Amino acid sequence: MTDSGKKKPGRRPPRAKAGAGTEKTVSIHVPVLARVEGEGALHLRIRGDAIEELKLRIFEPPRLFEKFLEGRSCDEVPDMVARICGICPVAYQMSAVNALESLFGTEPGPWVRAMRRVLYCGEWIESHCLHIHLLAAPDFFGYDSAISMARDHPEVIRRGLALQGLGNELMGLLGGRSVHPVGVRIGGFYRAPSQAEADAMRDKLEAALPEAEALVRWIAAVKVPQDPQQFTCVALRHQREYPMNEGRIVSSDGLAIGVEEYERHFAEHQEPHSTALYSTLQGRPYLVGPLARLNLNLDRLPAQARDLLADTGIRWPSGNMFHSAVARAVEVYYALLEAIRLLAAYAVPEAPAAAVVPRAGIGYGCSEAPRGILWHRYAVDAQGRILSARIVPPTSQNQARIEEDLHSSLRVFGLHHSDTALRSHCEKVIRNYDPCISCATHFLQMQVERI
Amino acid sequence: MADKPTVAVHKFASCDGCQLAFLNLGANLLPLAERIDLVHFAEAGPVNLDARVDIAFVEGSISTPEDLQRIRRIRASTGYLVSIGACATTGGIQALRNGAHSAEWLRQIYASPEYIHSLATSTPIAEHVKVDFELWGCPVTGRQIVAAVNALLLGVAPRDDADKVCMECKRRNTVCVLVAKGEACMGPVTRNGCGALCPSFGRDCYACYGPAENPATDALARRFKGLGLMPEDIARRFLFINNQAPAFYAAGHKARGTGHD
Repeated sequence: MTDSGKKKPGRRPPRAKAGAGTEKTVSIHVPVLARVEGEGALHLRIRGDAIEELKLRIFEPPRLFEKFLEGRSCDEVPDMVARICGICPVAYQMSAVNALESLFGTEPGPWVRAMRRVLYCGEWIESHCLHIHLLAAPDFFGYDSAISMARDHPEVIRRGLALQGLGNELMGLLGGRSVHPVGVRIGGFYRAPSQAEADAMRDKLEAALPEAEALVRWIAAVKVPQDPQQFTCVALRHQREYPMNEGRIVSSDGLAIGVEEYERHFAEHQEPHSTALYSTLQGRPYLVGPLARLNLNLDRLPAQARDLLADTGIRWPSGNMFHSAVARAVEVYYALLEAIRLLAAYAVPEAPAAAVVPRAGIGYGCSEAPRGILWHRYAVDAQGRILSARIVPPTSQNQARIEEDLHSSLRVFGLHHSDTALRSHCEKVIRNYDPCISCATHFLQMQVERI
Repeated sequence: MADKPTVAVHKFASCDGCQLAFLNLGANLLPLAERIDLVHFAEAGPVNLDARVDIAFVEGSISTPEDLQRIRRIRASTGYLVSIGACATTGGIQALRNGAHSAEWLRQIYASPEYIHSLATSTPIAEHVKVDFELWGCPVTGRQIVAAVNALLLGVAPRDDADKVCMECKRRNTVCVLVAKGEACMGPVTRNGCGALCPSFGRDCYACYGPAENPATDALARRFKGLGLMPEDIARRFLFINNQAPAFYAAGHKARGTGHD
């Protein structure tokens, strides 16, 4: 994205217009945040030229999934955890099977490994396109929704919806449907697509590649605020690939740990105003999601995607959260390339899943959900029943960072703006994180293992 | 056109997956949006909670004191109220907390449970206000949504497909996973609507569309026992995504020995 704020001399934090000594209190309350997944609200109180209170309030009611999982058989886990989020059910299924297979010592083999990447590509395409077009784009073009934007920019919205539809179709190939897919099991899949189905899918993906390239160029040309910030990025990193299901957890500050070491470095705490827990890394907020993932894995993109990224004219890694949309678009392009590459080598396997023998212990799993790392831990007994579960979704990890960003970006934007302008700016900042509030509220730290 | 029918989409406790039936319509979303006026649909943009509408679609279950107030306001300002999905229609998977020690659960999960305002139960919309039509499924499909909109716009009741998944397998010539593979398939008691997706993947149906009409739950439970399932395994088959649907609730608790009959 080009930087619209570039020519303004020195972006000093502007002073409020109110005269010295005047205590002007402005209170902005956004009771329902539009164009985010789930229910959240923002409360902002400004006294004079200072932010007195700023709260991203998540009031999505808790659904207590971690408790329902207790006593269930491990076979039921993929179908159950999918229900945490209708937008990224595959992420929940993948982190769960990664955790349980690592505990059981299951080796699903190269076919399953490749097809899990293909399925994940489908979810990234679907979720990112939904966010870019239906949730974020209206902000940058001054519309209240993609539907009203489509009247003036029909080709852009149609292209986005078509790519989103293609992502859904790709998920359907391996999962049967895109919301709560039924194909995933521990050890692999219930069914392998036929050669003809895989070939037909690859043809469709290839035909859509120019559309995805056009999407990247379009979004990169949208004018956005220039608001570089300092923050820590956290993502998975794999030896060779752009990360999805495997890798170590790394940060831009040099952290590099195994998935099982997560709890030694990251902590969650509760704030009174939110039903989602806040995560911190060594006491500090951090960022997960497409921008963090891209910043930390630029060298893992194939040349084609790297070239396209270079064409955007943005200097990567980027500290401008408004470049998140570009990062999402680049990941859509990458996901198409990757699914095409993997399906080009497709062959129907002898069996779509490896045999699974449960054993007692604790399993850890992590994968790159569209919104960032999704971490699971399960304690399992010898019969394969779940004794306890802990799930840390991306949005609760980003929650502290969103509030930190709001403080900083409001100062840069200027508190003297009208309430409507402040409110709209806050919403844009929040949407950069594509918060999935439904996810964030469902998991919470367990302090006691059993009733 | 000033007199397009007005539609609202509301959300309560849920995963957002049923609203996606609208947003995943792909290219068909725009023609639908031309025919109706989407007045309130927070995830898609428009927010107007109290607007008077012709049709309100409601996703999610009632699980907080605020929800109780909000659903009554929605009922008061809509012509038709349609519940979409398992959460709105039966309380959803989160209704597994009903009858459990949910206050204790909150204490285990939150350091300060007093900040969390949550009811002890997750309940369907129809337990609180009159619901004109229910769309079953976890998740509902775009086809179900569009068919319901079309029917209501034409002034007829949407078609209620309460057939069993088994019927769909027969129509599609899908090999019966219960008979051929001995899988504990819920198809014989489950409402169709998914297109018999799980059996077509060679696996057991897990009843995400809820009970079909006249479900022979006792006979199926006996069959599961014959397959070697323990009582608790049988109970968990029924007490899953639609655990509060009366037929499944009764069958599950009967298997577990906690039923009332």
